[in-house]
Amino acid sequence: MKIYDGKYILIGLIIFIVLATFPVWFTHGRTVAPPDLKLDTPVIGKMAVKQCVLPKEEMITGHMKLLNDWRTQVVRNNERMYVASDGKTYEMSLQNECMKCHSNKSEFCDRCHTYAGLEKGVDPYCWNCHIAPKENK
Amino acid sequence: METTRRTFLKLGGVCTLGLGTLPIVNALGKTDPEPKFVANTRELTARRWAMAIDLKACWERGDPKCRECTDACHTTHNVPDIGNRQHEVKWIWSESYGNVFWSAANPYMPLDLDRKPVMVLCNHCAEAPCVRVCPTQATFKRADGITVIDYHRCIGCRFCMAACPYGARSFNFFEPRPYIKTELNPRFPTRDAGVVEKCNFCEERLSMGQIPACVEACNKEARAMYFGDLEDPGSEVRRVLAQRYSIRRRPELGTGPGVFYLI
Repeated sequence: MKIYDGKYILIGLIIFIVLATFPVWFTHGRTVAPPDLKLDTPVIGKMAVKQCVLPKEEMITGHMKLLNDWRTQVVRNNERMYVASDGKTYEMSLQNECMKCHSNKSEFCDRCHTYAGLEKGVDPYCWNCHIAPKENK
Repeated sequence: METTRRTFLKLGGVCTLGLGTLPIVNALGKTDPEPKFVANTRELTARRWAMAIDLKACWERGDPKCRECTDACHTTHNVPDIGNRQHEVKWIWSESYGNVFWSAANPYMPLDLDRKPVMVLCNHCAEAPCVRVCPTQATFKRADGITVIDYHRCIGCRFCMAACPYGARSFNFFEPRPYIKTELNPRFPTRDAGVVEKCNFCEERLSMGQIPACVEACNKEARAMYFGDLEDPGSEVRRVLAQRYSIRRRPELGTGPGVFYLI
């Protein structure tokens, strides 16, 4: 079989494959430490049972859905008090309830969002309007 | 294959029965438990919230420099002070009598009346034009008559600003935070650039069992603002409306404003 201009085509193909797979082999073998989330805020420290609204695993994967559902309930339906599966009642408020415990936004929310490569102020844009608690730096 | 009428009807019957199983399948397929909510016991409730502003009491106390209600509102809700009229953001502010009630004004009335300040805010209309034009339903009526903006949904098209006959809405041309000169109220969010904002009749304070911030501030000094349920004959607003003559802004438009001015 004869390929016209086979030399150039093959060289071009090799360059293309090397470039296209660059992200794969360039990061191969490199490990990035997972984000280190701090739960050592004063309010959490005082809690007898350290339990969030939902179990930890569900919060990790589903906190965005929970927050969105809360938003809908509060803003659209004027429904403000949430009963968790363990029977505890929470005010559905990011700014006034979530951040009461997680008063360390830069060591909690931001760590994962930065790790996941989310652009600050764009995704998630909660904090463009909602006021983060003051942190002692 | 030959199909007789009899087998055709039999098959049809089986298919109809099959459709009836849909609710059962739905119920079985459901995994997420329904979220549970309890009633907010602190909340002040009404069938339609309304406000009455006593112009005489306001003028006696306030003319011309009193800004208690505006200051209370704007600090409570983190309203920015932009500093120029083209881009200003306001929830409750003062306009001259002649501009607010121009259809009730005439060339022969006392000159100083024309210039008297009248506090104006969102009227929380019964038939709110802003709600009708909002393409995303970001502005909507709550069951208690308050017209609120869902800032998460607002796309900043400003149809509502064009529709509102009272100019009660302001657009955030800029990121508002640098313009908030007072200490931020940490219990209430700010807004973002590109959304429309306005008075919310302090729905967040009502949910905590408090009356609106402007009424509370005014009641400390003067007694020019009344707030209550328009559908409850025993409420403060209804009581004062039954005693005094009152007017509303541009009632001829049919918007049914919920803010009354006592003369």
